[in-house]
Amino acid sequence: MTTVAVKPATTKPATMAQALNRAMRDAMAEDPTVHVMGEDVGALGGVFRITDGLAKEFGEDRCTDTPLAEAGILGAAVGMAMYGLRPVVEMQFDAFAYPAFEQLISHVAKMRNRTRGAMPLPITIRVPYGGGIGGVEHHCDSSEAYYVATPGLTVVTPATVEDAYGLLRASIASDDPVIFLEPKRLYWSKSDWSPEAPAAVPGIGEALVRRTGTSATLITYGPSLPVCMEAAEAAREEGWDLEVVDLRSLVPFDEETVVASVRRTGRAVVVHESGGFGGPGAEIAARITERCFHHLEAPVLRVTGFDIPYPPPMLEKYHLPGVDRILDTVARLQWEN
Amino acid sequence: MTVQELPGAGASHRSTPPPAWRPRTDAAPLLPDPEPYRVLGTPAADRLDPELMRRCYAELVRGRRYNAQATALTRQGRLAVYPSTVGQEACEIAAAMVLEEQDWLFPSYRDTLAAVARGLDPVQALTLLRGDWHTGYDPREHRIAPLSTPLATQLPHAVGLAHAARLRGDDVVALAMVGDGGTSEGDFHEAMNFAAVWQAPVVFLVQNNGFAISVPLAKQTAAPTLAHKAVGYGMPGRLVDGNDIAAMHEVLSEAVRRARSGGGPTMIEAVTYRIEAHTNADDATRYRGDAEVEAWKAHDPIDLLERELTARGLLDEAGIKAAKDAAEAMAAALRDGMNAEPVIDPMDLFENVYAQQTGRLREQAAMLRAELDAAEQEEGDGS
Repeated sequence: MTTVAVKPATTKPATMAQALNRAMRDAMAEDPTVHVMGEDVGALGGVFRITDGLAKEFGEDRCTDTPLAEAGILGAAVGMAMYGLRPVVEMQFDAFAYPAFEQLISHVAKMRNRTRGAMPLPITIRVPYGGGIGGVEHHCDSSEAYYVATPGLTVVTPATVEDAYGLLRASIASDDPVIFLEPKRLYWSKSDWSPEAPAAVPGIGEALVRRTGTSATLITYGPSLPVCMEAAEAAREEGWDLEVVDLRSLVPFDEETVVASVRRTGRAVVVHESGGFGGPGAEIAARITERCFHHLEAPVLRVTGFDIPYPPPMLEKYHLPGVDRILDTVARLQWEN
Repeated sequence: MTVQELPGAGASHRSTPPPAWRPRTDAAPLLPDPEPYRVLGTPAADRLDPELMRRCYAELVRGRRYNAQATALTRQGRLAVYPSTVGQEACEIAAAMVLEEQDWLFPSYRDTLAAVARGLDPVQALTLLRGDWHTGYDPREHRIAPLSTPLATQLPHAVGLAHAARLRGDDVVALAMVGDGGTSEGDFHEAMNFAAVWQAPVVFLVQNNGFAISVPLAKQTAAPTLAHKAVGYGMPGRLVDGNDIAAMHEVLSEAVRRARSGGGPTMIEAVTYRIEAHTNADDATRYRGDAEVEAWKAHDPIDLLERELTARGLLDEAGIKAAKDAAEAMAAALRDGMNAEPVIDPMDLFENVYAQQTGRLREQAAMLRAELDAAEQEEGDGS
């Protein structure tokens, strides 16, 4: 697992959006092979302003507005990586990435393998994902199940401002293609994190216990982390002392941290926005069952988005896992046969 | 309310052009000639370079022999499948010949012959089709991208690589190959568009061999020719006789020169014909008649060149025999290479999925290791 040392930044990133921007700026400044590309990433700075100022600072050859074509963007990035560049691709919105899936599945994920290691592809694919922003249809998908089901892809997702910086630096530094899922409803979340303070950031594949507890473990990632933290606070009133594990990386999956936590608490709930059937929670629950069977006091439960197409904005609050649904599920862990 | 009655509708409104609009370019120079460009059998053949044409001849004969040998290996079960390029050798050979060492070739699954003509070991070129690994060579060493099975998906790679090379100030041209069916894919469109917008040093070679498996060109596209598609992207489209290696060499060379000098991409449609079936799994009699195949056989790329060169006294019996002997030697080496059982280590399955193996893969590798050890033990006990 790689650990990227954080270079002290001159300005303090106040939001996740700024931390991501800072990560790309620092990577581009340190390594001339890092190229940012995508639709609207140049003059506009991206529709979420994540690439703000990069074209101005590094020129249009380093931060390139491409034609509007996701397969072309990712396909061109493959060729650029074949020639030794490290492309950082923006997919604008989760559901806009689907036209690029053939490039992703058939080439990006497989190039290292099919060339027996002769041609790794160090491409970072930034995908703003998830709901909770009132976006219209096709702007709020949680597509992580597709990515984690594809061997060859690394899949990470930050939930904090600090991790946004650290994980993006680690992803750009990775010699493998990384799907970097950005929880778009956390773009404007603020942090008192100061880039001067921490010496290191997480390596890819390292989960973190965000809150220690003894009654049960909530396992989550990305946009659901703040919801789980809030639920854990609320659960204290009901006598539950919840531990919260932030996966940060879906592939590789830090099984050891999860297993150690569940063996301590004896109960587990997996929480994510994407649908439950065939979702990451199904895999995590299965692994916990395999490895913690004799430690479990109750079945592993899941709180996920419903198995429906992402709903319209006025209905999304019913779909997304919220504090109450998490607490109701935790209550079901009081397993009495 | 009709359109004419709508407020603002009327002749004066319609005659006012939008302020900044104008066509970006004159389309005429980009349009292909109506007839495929030919050299052999025309007055243009007077300027043939004898040495170059003798090399072309030897390569064509070798290419035909390679096709025959690979097809025979399929029948012997040595290859899972082989998509033949009999009849298309001039396209394959010319594509490889016009590239400099630092240039890159982006072949499709049918273009093993182009890879071999570029200098790739024939056995290495066939690992995909033999089945012992997907890509049997280091793409960087040979500057040949892995043979791409998904159609047209390698074209954006060619654009990206050529673009990256130009950003780095390197003199590199990428030549990407695709079939007529592949031009219907979205990636063909996106690659052409990116290449033209970026003015990338890329040459797109479309081999129109008449059929996408069984579907004829008329059911593939309504365009006048495939070369016409280039105009819509703002790059020149060239129509050329794909069985005429002198014409292919000339048109491809010109496109490579243009790309190298910063002139941007070119799309070339080579009109040719797939004499054999799509693969050994295909029954071509279901979708085309013998008469058509025979007519194309009369326009064979090797015969065309041989007739021209012998008529001009540039090739004699000794030259023909020398080409055949060299081709036989290649075929014998290919047979030997393919008859040697490939060394396969099942544990390779878990290598090169990621730079660092994940815990999950380590577990699965241990499971297979145990199964292999148990099988070996059993074999040992049994003997």
